[in-house]
Amino acid sequence: MNLDLSETQQMLKAGARELLARECPYDLVRETEGDPAGFSRPLWRQMSALGWPGLAVPERYGGAGGSFMDLAVLLEETGRALAPAPLFSTAVLGALTLLDAASDPMKDDLLPRIAAGQALATLAVVEPGGGWEPQDVKLQARRDGERFVINGVKLFVPNAHASDFIITAVRTAQDAGPEEGVTLLLVPGAAEGLTPVPHRNLASDGQCEVTFDGVSAPLSAVVGRVDEGGPVLRRTLQRAAAAKAVEMVGSAEAVLDMTVDYLKQRVQFGRPVGAFQAVQHHCANMSIDLEGSRLAAYQAVWKLSQGQEAAREASTAKAWVSDACLRICSLAHQCHGAVGFTQEHNLQLHTRRARSQEQAYGDAGFHRRLLARGLAASQTP
Amino acid sequence: MDFRFSQDEEQFRQDLLAFLGAELPPGWEGLGDDWNLTLATRRKLAERGWLTMHWPKEYGGQEASPLLSLIFNEEMSYHRAPGRDPFGARMLGPTLMIYGSEEQKRRFLPPVARGEAQWCQGYSEPQAGSDLASLSVRAQDRGDHFLVNGSKIWTSLAHRADWMMLLARTDPEAPKHRGISFLLVDMRSPGVETRPIINMAGSHEFNEVFFDDVEVPKVNLVGERDRGWYVAVTLLDFERSGIDHAAASRRLLDDLSAFLRDDESAALIGGARRWMWDLLAERYVEAEVARLIAYRVAWMQTGGLAPNKEASISKVFGTETFQRVADTGLKILGPLGQLTGDDPRAPLHGRFQEAWRHSFANTIAAGTSEVQRNIIAGRGLGLPRG
Repeated sequence: MNLDLSETQQMLKAGARELLARECPYDLVRETEGDPAGFSRPLWRQMSALGWPGLAVPERYGGAGGSFMDLAVLLEETGRALAPAPLFSTAVLGALTLLDAASDPMKDDLLPRIAAGQALATLAVVEPGGGWEPQDVKLQARRDGERFVINGVKLFVPNAHASDFIITAVRTAQDAGPEEGVTLLLVPGAAEGLTPVPHRNLASDGQCEVTFDGVSAPLSAVVGRVDEGGPVLRRTLQRAAAAKAVEMVGSAEAVLDMTVDYLKQRVQFGRPVGAFQAVQHHCANMSIDLEGSRLAAYQAVWKLSQGQEAAREASTAKAWVSDACLRICSLAHQCHGAVGFTQEHNLQLHTRRARSQEQAYGDAGFHRRLLARGLAASQTP
Repeated sequence: MDFRFSQDEEQFRQDLLAFLGAELPPGWEGLGDDWNLTLATRRKLAERGWLTMHWPKEYGGQEASPLLSLIFNEEMSYHRAPGRDPFGARMLGPTLMIYGSEEQKRRFLPPVARGEAQWCQGYSEPQAGSDLASLSVRAQDRGDHFLVNGSKIWTSLAHRADWMMLLARTDPEAPKHRGISFLLVDMRSPGVETRPIINMAGSHEFNEVFFDDVEVPKVNLVGERDRGWYVAVTLLDFERSGIDHAAASRRLLDDLSAFLRDDESAALIGGARRWMWDLLAERYVEAEVARLIAYRVAWMQTGGLAPNKEASISKVFGTETFQRVADTGLKILGPLGQLTGDDPRAPLHGRFQEAWRHSFANTIAAGTSEVQRNIIAGRGLGLPRG
């Protein structure tokens, strides 16, 4: 057992924190919220120069040959800084999915460009009224000779309007088993008939609605095998849930830190507000939630990073962290008093994102439902 | 990071499971209080060296890592196995190794290692609960001995104990933390009287202990006179873990899941429904988080770190999780949940109502949840004192 980060990971983390403290102030987060691109190109260039997009890409594709675990360490820091950059979409949703399932020519073509930060990729899964499981994929891709024709809508696709490639989960066979008949197609962001429009959501975090109007994808665009994308998609969603949980842990830690700092300085009734026991217990509860969140998230990441089955751990992590992060933000607001709910305060940047992150790759209720199904069915939960 | 145990650690878990399978009565569910079984099992644990495996070799221990202790406590708690010795093996032993005289170590440690001596902890008093340092049991210097007067309360297992670790005031003039001494008291001394306190689960764990001119020889003073508070604080850090609550929670959840999965038993409460599984899943997540938090405490100890904040987090979260698990079980079991084990219709032998009744003590004993939260906020987060 070893529940600490490795020395290399600690250095990576410290370096990332230093860079983001310098290059990603809250002002940049605010500016990007109003920017149609949805992220900061200069920040992304700096991340790319450090090799972050290719951290978990093998060296033969131009990456650093690190693990998903290493990447998660970075995501905890970008989560802490609310960094407006497509690292999550490109490195987790894009690179790792391709690495998992794509053909060799596709990997040879795309991964070096992704690792260099030259190509952005993302993943389109969820649909109107749908959930985060392979069987929820309904978007039609009709086979027409040597190509598929896609018609329909995907929601909450991160950075879709800036992405060079959108890995799109589509249904290619009806009346199949729940995980069968799903195919992953690599669709260029510039494909004819594809229209990404940023959602106007509470976090202004670059998630898009993507309309497919007769979008054509050749057979060579299939990631993995036709009709057999379900298991790949399931693993991808588990990785996404675990990675999102780690990102949220970073954000929640920043929230607790800024709250404790404020409570040491703010004086009322002749003493620091942080000396009042009612307020101290709010902070203790935040600390308890944070400790559990970090361990649950990293357990899931570690297990996935080992290539082990981790459905239970990923769902445990996302179920717990989704709720815990919101509890932490709510208590932080209570501790900050009126100033915390102003637009000029930085706390609300975290709070609004926590609400959006809660939903990404399944909220607590969704993941508890997955766990409950496992409990009801199996002997060993 | 690596969330796995080593091969040796896993092997120890298997050995312990095999031992429990062989030694516990068939179908053991840990209900009721069988003191003879507790003593017999403790001696067998001692024979294998497991009772004091975390002790240094020179005192008969195995220098087992905190992770092995963690596994030991996790499995013993999950299997509701009798025989552990929280006072002698886990508190007195480590304390004497730091503060005890050579003679005290020679005299008191071997019987604990053999599983033969029962100790209890004389700390809380009627007027000194969370504010332990304001205790008032008096120990007056009478040359070769201290003369002890006063009373202790909430003393677990005093009615079974041969010896007590007693905190008593030796200097009433000094500031409250500085006039306390740590004494070892023979429970058979003239003037010691123990009276039972029956808890709301109907069981006898706690006691009041009265001291009426009890003579305690000075050789039974541990550490320096008037410095007993600091001896006691060391000992409190040995006490707090949290894996017990996580493992006990998990066991209740596993029991209830098996009950719901079995159509015959589930029919007793009208069949398993989706909301039941959803509620159980919520509690499983919490029990898993509690387990990880307790693991982290042990992991930090393995690296020689003192997990103050983390141990408090583990204690609060573990005990509160156990309370929620017991409550959830009773909601799922419905009207039958209230039936006690002696009612033939009681599901799961009335275990959930029993666990629920016991659960109230957990967030009080060994430092209330409020005291733990004070520690997390103060020592952990550095917030100023109120």
